[in-house]
Amino acid sequence: MEIIKSENLVYKKTSAMTDKELSYCPGCGHGTAHRITMEVLEEMGAIQDTIGVAPVGCSVLAYEFMNIDMQEAAHGRAPALATAIKRLWPSKYVFTYQGDGDLAAIGTAETIHACNRGENIVIIFINNGIYGMTGGQMAPTTLPNMKSSTSPYGRDEAMMGHPLKITELIANLPGVHFVTRQAVHKPGHVRKAKKAIKKAFEQSYAKKGLCFVEIVSNCNSGWKMTPNDANQWMEDNMFPYYPLGDIKVDGQLVK
Amino acid sequence: MKELRLMKGNEAMAEAAIRCGADGYFGYPITPQSEVLEYLMAEQPWKRTGMVVLQAESEVASINMLYGGASTGKKVLTSSSSPGISLMQEGISYLAGAELPCVVINVVRGGPGLGDIQPSQSDYFQATKGGGHGDYHLYVIAPSSVQESSDFVKKAFEVAFKYRIPAMVLSDGAIGQMMEKVELFEQMPRRTDEEVIAECGSWATTGKTPDREHNVITSLDLIPERLEEHNHKLQAKYKEIEENEVIYEEILCDDADYVIVAYGTSARISQKTVQLAREKGYKLGLMRPITLWPFPKAKIAEYGETKKGILVVEMSEGQMVEDVRLNINGKIPVEFYGRSGGMIPTPDEVLTAFEKHFM
Repeated sequence: MEIIKSENLVYKKTSAMTDKELSYCPGCGHGTAHRITMEVLEEMGAIQDTIGVAPVGCSVLAYEFMNIDMQEAAHGRAPALATAIKRLWPSKYVFTYQGDGDLAAIGTAETIHACNRGENIVIIFINNGIYGMTGGQMAPTTLPNMKSSTSPYGRDEAMMGHPLKITELIANLPGVHFVTRQAVHKPGHVRKAKKAIKKAFEQSYAKKGLCFVEIVSNCNSGWKMTPNDANQWMEDNMFPYYPLGDIKVDGQLVK
Repeated sequence: MKELRLMKGNEAMAEAAIRCGADGYFGYPITPQSEVLEYLMAEQPWKRTGMVVLQAESEVASINMLYGGASTGKKVLTSSSSPGISLMQEGISYLAGAELPCVVINVVRGGPGLGDIQPSQSDYFQATKGGGHGDYHLYVIAPSSVQESSDFVKKAFEVAFKYRIPAMVLSDGAIGQMMEKVELFEQMPRRTDEEVIAECGSWATTGKTPDREHNVITSLDLIPERLEEHNHKLQAKYKEIEENEVIYEEILCDDADYVIVAYGTSARISQKTVQLAREKGYKLGLMRPITLWPFPKAKIAEYGETKKGILVVEMSEGQMVEDVRLNINGKIPVEFYGRSGGMIPTPDEVLTAFEKHFM
């Protein structure tokens, strides 16, 4: 018996996500970022034509949640894998999904060179300013004076270097076509982020160059806060350093 | 029709890659193997067969491009020389763990460290014992001529795809750089995307169709029981390879009392030594392992019953000699003669070493 009538259906989990229970902490932004990425691919009718590359970090098991063909890269190397996949299968949508440690520390070379070659891939970059999976160590994007397990008295910039604005850095490379920074902690931000992800897939598929979507996210466990406090802290501290919005559109830096 | 050409070993391997229908080459310059990438870029195989060629930003990127490419069922290869191959070890371990077919060419130079750019055989341990982390083996095949440099690229791909393992062509700076006559095999067609899907679609990341579950390529399994099971599966595969894929060559071994065991450049030099020894009336033969892994264990063990002594000759401080000794198991004397650091032994030097130990 059909209890739920189709006309009453207002929301349904995308079939591009598996039924596997997410391994993320309650309050974390990864789940939402996964979902909207998969929704975009489903809405574009691109499931069959997409190959994803998962990183090492909290989202190392992304391939268990994303119901598409995927590969798990070594730490930081996802853009190298995606480069080869896209060049060997130019008819596919190819993307990487990476965290800040993966993309902006150990994988800096692969990130910069994939961007510089203008690979027609999408990079989705989740920046929460910390190494989540290994237990809250300092990341390349950890804010000044921010505490982590390897900067227990706060990030001392003189000793530990400065937070790396990798997104601004790669936006200056000619191979990169679209660069934006988004968030997923509130419905309005989720809608904007989803739109940006869709644009990134469309434009990279149209061979315009690499499209890069940063999502500034929280890490309530790593930051040792409640989910709500973490979101507030993110707005108060992360957004001023990593301002949301488009950084490069149609190959042109946004003034 | 026979196509004969005078080529460098490195060029012959590059041409062989095109001719065996490879889909992609990803590499980084390093002496003494840079001619592989140079030849491919000059030859523009993307016009001939549609093959992709890309100069990566590092050997680390090259091997990870291979990891990405191989996961899609495409035929991909890279080449490098010793320090670059060291950088690739993490990626090779992932390729082995994820059971992906690919070919890695190592044109070995002197080490350790940055070493020098002269020929060497000091990467035997790294090539045959794993090299990276974890329990795995590569199929390792060692050419001793430019002809074999070409033929073995094709052979390596065949074995890699037959067993879904990474294969290594272990050359050296001498074979890579020297020019010889080579008979090129005929161009094989590159598979279409449809053919790749038909052949590899059951496991490769070719795009999830509604009629199947999503394919995942990973070397990660956080459940120890499952990872152990996976390791047992790999070991069963290696056992099968050891049973079926051993290749070696014997020269004048039938009536020999003594045998030199050597591969690659050392084998070519030792062949001359055997000739000199025979002229002096010594019953000396040459056994050349062609596959270094799987190693011709049974043949070596047989010598323990039939010969009086073995001299292992290597351009290293003694690596393969350990495997020879293991399989001889103390039954007859196994002596060693080696040069290292890019030095190449002469046939006379080897003969003197043989006489010192056995005459």
